[in-house]
Amino acid sequence: MSEDPSIPSSSSSQMSEDDDRSPPLDLIDGPIPSSKSRNCSGVSGSGVGTSVENTVPYPDQVLENVLENVLCFLTSRRDRSSASLVCKSWYRAEALTRSELFIGNCYAVSPRRATARFTRVRAVTIKGKPRFADFNLMPANWGAHLAPWVSSMAKAYPWLEKLCLKRMSVTDDDLALLAESFAGFKELVLVCCDGFGTSGLAVVVSKCRQLRVLDLTETEVMDDDVDWICCFPESQTFLESLMFDCVECHINFEALEKLVARSPSLKKLRLNRHVSIGQLYRLMVRAPQLTHLGTGSFNLSEGMAQGDQELDYVSAFAACKSLVCLSGFREILLDYIPAIYPVCSNLTSLNLSYANITAEQLKPVISQCHKLQSFWVLDSICDEGLKAVATTCKELRELRVFPVNAQEDAEGPVSEVGLEAISEGCRKLRSILYFCQRMTNAAVIAMSKNCSELVVFRLCIMGRRRPDHVTGEPMDEGFGAIVMNCKKLTRLAVSGLLTDRAFSYIGKYGKLVRTLSVAFAGDSDLGLKYVLEGCHKLQKLEIRDSPFGDTALCSGLHHYYNMRFLWMSSCSLTRQGCWAIARELPRLVVEVMKSNEGEEEGDNFDTLYMYRSLEGPRDDIPQFVEILRPGI
Amino acid sequence: MATEMEGCTRKEKEACPQLLDLIPRERDWLVSRDIERSSSRGSSSSEEKKLELRLGPPGQDWSMKRERDGKSQSLLSLGYYSSPMSSNQTQKFISYQQQAKVASFLHLPVTPNKASQPWCTKALDLQNAENKGFSPAPANTAVLPNTSQKRTAPAPVVGWPPIRSFRKNLASNKSSSKSAVESENVVQIKDPNGKPVETSGKGLFVKINMDGVPIGRKVDLGAYDSYQKLSSAVDELFRGLLAAQRESCNGGTKNKQEEEKEITGLLDGSGEYTLVYEDNEGDRMLVGDVPWHMFVSTVKRVRVLKSSELSALHLRSSKDKMPL
Repeated sequence: MSEDPSIPSSSSSQMSEDDDRSPPLDLIDGPIPSSKSRNCSGVSGSGVGTSVENTVPYPDQVLENVLENVLCFLTSRRDRSSASLVCKSWYRAEALTRSELFIGNCYAVSPRRATARFTRVRAVTIKGKPRFADFNLMPANWGAHLAPWVSSMAKAYPWLEKLCLKRMSVTDDDLALLAESFAGFKELVLVCCDGFGTSGLAVVVSKCRQLRVLDLTETEVMDDDVDWICCFPESQTFLESLMFDCVECHINFEALEKLVARSPSLKKLRLNRHVSIGQLYRLMVRAPQLTHLGTGSFNLSEGMAQGDQELDYVSAFAACKSLVCLSGFREILLDYIPAIYPVCSNLTSLNLSYANITAEQLKPVISQCHKLQSFWVLDSICDEGLKAVATTCKELRELRVFPVNAQEDAEGPVSEVGLEAISEGCRKLRSILYFCQRMTNAAVIAMSKNCSELVVFRLCIMGRRRPDHVTGEPMDEGFGAIVMNCKKLTRLAVSGLLTDRAFSYIGKYGKLVRTLSVAFAGDSDLGLKYVLEGCHKLQKLEIRDSPFGDTALCSGLHHYYNMRFLWMSSCSLTRQGCWAIARELPRLVVEVMKSNEGEEEGDNFDTLYMYRSLEGPRDDIPQFVEILRPGI
Repeated sequence: MATEMEGCTRKEKEACPQLLDLIPRERDWLVSRDIERSSSRGSSSSEEKKLELRLGPPGQDWSMKRERDGKSQSLLSLGYYSSPMSSNQTQKFISYQQQAKVASFLHLPVTPNKASQPWCTKALDLQNAENKGFSPAPANTAVLPNTSQKRTAPAPVVGWPPIRSFRKNLASNKSSSKSAVESENVVQIKDPNGKPVETSGKGLFVKINMDGVPIGRKVDLGAYDSYQKLSSAVDELFRGLLAAQRESCNGGTKNKQEEEKEITGLLDGSGEYTLVYEDNEGDRMLVGDVPWHMFVSTVKRVRVLKSSELSALHLRSSKDKMPL
């Protein structure tokens, strides 16, 4: 899922429109009134009689009709938010014409409120846990339950077609309710979710007869021993996309083959690692129309030896003339790499991040990938492999280099050499995620100058607080150059040895930065202060193990209502500091978490997670979470 | 370490840790465990004591309570515990990176509390610099900036480097489906003690599926002490689901009598359904035949079968292996 623009939900955007009313929002039933100071020709039909606008005897139906028709063309949520603030009539029209609802933080607004305002929604996106939950920094059962959402939507949106969830806790029962409630349900996309099993999948695929898209990405699915593939309807399906590469359970291959055979619209298929290359072959010959393919294991099935079946894999790939996106290779058997040569020159996206291959093994593939725009790979290809990428992939927009060995003291096969080569060769680069063991400021500075289109720069020097390994300097200048030279930068993740100076650069030049990720960095409160005072567009700030304390926390008071969340774990905060924030900003939910459960109350906590919300403290907190609520 | 040392000397003077100067005169040392217990990592040298340093706000040493299961950890809280109210006072503190350097000189291997959860123990913490001073470990542990030792990695920290768990096993390139199924517990159990969040004490979760209901459940057998209680639990768990299932099969017509009918007779064959289980040898057995504790120790999963279909199965036979 791409990182979407800043405004998480239009009701929250009203917080930044803080005019002289206080509190920022009047919490009354029904739609939230827009600014009173604007007059418009439209009587409120919803019975909210608090406005002082000029009223006319009859609603201006013509204007409203025109408005609704025009607003249908507005797709950007930010634009829609702006439109909704013009006046009450526009607010209502916008609410009626919004068909896609985006909830950036599932706790910022309640399902009841959202469904009350937007009544004709067909597609919903909900994001739950903060990103650091992916790295075990948050105990399980923290929250982000889908249940209240699905039960509200079941009543409010019977015509719901599409649901996209990221980092939500989804149970089998939720999926069952979903399957029951939405007769025309078409698309289910689950990214980084957990809490359900193959039983839940079975119910969805069997009941949602209109299903077009079932995409599971980096989502955990429990093995309930249910053959969910068999549960698809027997007739022709509408399936366009079926992605289950993250599902770790065995599947019924015969059933899958039949399913593919009766899914003429199938364009995207990502198999899990239990599908062997022989099985892949059988699927490919049935579906040469595929545009996106996840190859599964790309290896023989267990017990088979090479030569047992000599299938013409090359032809199978050659037949897929529309293939542009290739991934999988979960247990790659190197001998079969040449099978993909026929499609390389068409590929715009290649994901080899599960394939532990060397530079020499990569070169014959990558040298053909002239059109490649997105490339995910393991650092096993070394700097040399990256040079090969830089030589050929002139259209590259996104690069992710993952470590084979994710430890701090491992051998570092990629370094500043690879980064610099990429910056020289791939001038159109927009997004990079680079894990390495050593780096220099010079290389990062070079990238900042060569790749002026960078929007996302995430550099992870895996050894904590490592300086420039050539000069011994902190990495301040490198990251400083990035924020200075990359004028479009919106997302930044820093690492290595960083002093407050680095943060002063970020605050001074990172005016468009929306997401910032900090770990083991900075010297003092000043660091955080620079960022909070300087980065006016900051939406998401996640910090761990950095020496920022209460003073720094307070320096962001003016901005927290504009943010989606702030996460600080293992920093130098005290409870008093957090209470101060909670008192000053009543619309902020301030959660403190301890890593150990059941410990006595103390002054100590491990993690602060705070976010604006229209609803106040949530009612589903687990034992280890405490919400600081002033006056209660 | 050597690199970091060089880096240190090149920085401005005040940033360099002068560790000897940091050793205070009067400081409280809070040590909760016997320091002499040797590290389970097998090193006998005194430098490889396991130390846990804590980064956190001033206050009680809550981390002392964390180690419960007897693994040898010596716990050292560096620094001085001031009262929480003192945060207003001006504090002199040493810059964080100096602390970091010291910490990295201390060998801090982490001992996972459970082998399957290597990332759950937070081993590296540094004392809050807002405390009055900063005291390194006592002299008999390795706190020497001029390290003559081979550079060793600081103890791994939870969630660092920030790689999702499914990407972590690539070097070995194996992740069998079995471990992946159990990995649901690994990833979700984030408690640093390694205590599974789902269970209390020893949890004995087994899957339980009911005929006609696609969604199975898990029950914690440790929560019951008799077949009767298990039977009631099954009734509670599935009553609603079964009614919903029947309702949908009837095309949505609600039969009020049918709704939420109690599921009885699970143990004696008198009801519509009967409880059956699969034991650790793969055999299917009727629930209720053996003493409860024996059942609990051998059961692997449970099924709620239609009683009418029982006669077709050969139960209580240790020879038959029936797939569930």
